[in-house]
Amino acid sequence: MSVLVYTENWDGKFKKLSFELVSYSAAIAEMINTGVVALTIGQVEDEELKKLGNYGAKKVICVTGDSLKYLDNKIYTSIIAGIAEKENSKVIVFSNNNSGKAIAPGVAVRLKAGVAAAVNALPSSVEPFTIRKKVYSGNAFAHTVIKSEIKVLSLLQNSYDIKETANNAEIERVAWNVEPGMVKTEVLDVQKQTGKVLLTDAEIVVSGGRGMKSPDNWGPLVELAELLGGATACSRPVSDEGWRPHEEHTGQTGKIIAPNLYIAVGISGATQHLAGISSSKYIVAINIDKDAPIFEAAQYGIVGDAMKVLPKLVEAVRELKK
Amino acid sequence: MKILVCISNVPDTTTKIKLSADGKTIDTAGIQWVINPWDELSLTRALELKDDPAAGVTLVTVAHVGTSSSEPTIRKALAIGADDAIRVNAEPADAYFVAAQIAAVLEKEKYDIILCGIESSDYNGSLTGGIIAEFLGIPSVSSVSSLRIENGKPVIVREIDGGKETLTLPVPFVAVVQKGIAKEPRIASMRGIMTARTKQIRVYEPVAVNPLTEIVMYEKPAPRAACKFISPDNPAELIHLLQNEAKVI
Ligand SMILES: Cc1cc2nc3c(=O)[nH]c(=O)nc-3n(C[C@H](O)[C@H](O)[C@H](O)COP(=O)(O)OP(=O)(O)OC[C@H]3O[C@@H](n4cnc5c(N)ncnc54)[C@H](O)[C@@H]3O)c2cc1C
Repeated sequence: MSVLVYTENWDGKFKKLSFELVSYSAAIAEMINTGVVALTIGQVEDEELKKLGNYGAKKVICVTGDSLKYLDNKIYTSIIAGIAEKENSKVIVFSNNNSGKAIAPGVAVRLKAGVAAAVNALPSSVEPFTIRKKVYSGNAFAHTVIKSEIKVLSLLQNSYDIKETANNAEIERVAWNVEPGMVKTEVLDVQKQTGKVLLTDAEIVVSGGRGMKSPDNWGPLVELAELLGGATACSRPVSDEGWRPHEEHTGQTGKIIAPNLYIAVGISGATQHLAGISSSKYIVAINIDKDAPIFEAAQYGIVGDAMKVLPKLVEAVRELKK
Repeated sequence: MKILVCISNVPDTTTKIKLSADGKTIDTAGIQWVINPWDELSLTRALELKDDPAAGVTLVTVAHVGTSSSEPTIRKALAIGADDAIRVNAEPADAYFVAAQIAAVLEKEKYDIILCGIESSDYNGSLTGGIIAEFLGIPSVSSVSSLRIENGKPVIVREIDGGKETLTLPVPFVAVVQKGIAKEPRIASMRGIMTARTKQIRVYEPVAVNPLTEIVMYEKPAPRAACKFISPDNPAELIHLLQNEAKVI
């Protein structure tokens, strides 16, 4: 028996997200008296694979093969389902990110497993297997029972505390042969953003709304984000207007993020915006209108003109970094 | 080329969610039901493709699993421009159940491209599209932000962490779509509303499938502590609190 966790790698490296997933899976494994097997697809060095052991993985399986460079849902699904069968996995854990959303459903069907997606806590009971998941874009949680023998979970990012435990993981390398013609998705072109903190990875996010008034006013906001080592984001109208790139759009229909600190500048706090940020640990609001709904979601607030407040904040952070 | 757009019937996105007294259900009194926002965008994109003769799309059908109470939502999709609709007459119990129903329909009626939203704004599952594809043994692509048809070949943009990939794949396939697939949802015209009344909704009875999950209790998130206000003249105080009280910088 085992708990299997799919830990994606990014050009051979793991991220905080991977360690969170393994820590979470280790806690579930303990609840059902078994161990964690971590699975990654693509070339990863031993030293990097060993890191997953430090968060509780007993075994780390690294699958490599010629046709695995790009995500093909079907191929990845067969690999993960195949390994789950071999490892007799009772619970399979994914991240609720792009790749988790792409692969978890297929794996569940293969294993005749029920899925709880966007979970944000450990199971409250293992018999029946009951777990809390996000519903209504964070406006409620649902305690969901999974009735099948095998369970598939996808964990919301930044919802479980990372736990380090000294542990030496066994490493197993598996060569996966994909039959010719099985890969259906043919990738023609890849565009990658470089050198910037990714919004979905960022621990600190500084975000601007329509209250920023014009695309020309973003200077101090970007500077604040850079000084704090964070990423920049925006509300939907801002990206719709083309003031900021679409990758920055957060909210229900944009990116859903959960940083430690979210600073909302000139954002009113519409339900659809909050749906993308309400899992942030701390929310700071800067808004000229003291009745703006964003203050109901925030722990710290400044009622004032962003154009005046932002430069002062930049100054204060510069002082701090000295 | 024929496109099937799966639509889910969800509370309007501004709804303040209230629970029933025992916490076992959502209090639906006064809720406005709408087409799930991503499904509305995928319908819009399907119709844009149909409007473009070069794309060669001949039919756009919407499919929905739900009881007759969700017919207004289906009619709305028809008013926006879908040619016809399929409704599987059952309470949508969970994603597995819904996907099994749509897959059963697709065994009888052939479509080339099946569009699903990246999630429904009620259950936030991101599951239906992927499960349909697996049931049918056809390929799927998720996080799709653009869909074109060039010389009869689908060209898709998929969002990945920190970038995008352009790819192609053979029909039939399931595309799970997100932001970017269409700019603004198309709105029903007066004429659309009139003709929607005469468009056909084919009703199928459900196939027997046991849902694999069940919601036993709802809960509202714990309210956040009240906001601490800091004077706009002294933002350094905010930085101090973030460093020493919240300990996040
Ligand atoms: C189906 C659907 C999905 C949606 N999805 C999203 C989504 O994913 N993300 C999203 O963001 N929105 C989304 N929206 C839109 C959402 O409803 C709001 O319209 C939007 O979030 C408002 O953006 P905003 O806060 O930037 O602008 P506004 O609501 O216009 O707010 C601007 C704020 O700036 C303040 N302000 C003005 N001047 C200043 C100043 N000088 N200094 C400081 N503050 C100032 C104002 O007091 C106001 O509170 C969605 C809507 C629908 C219908």
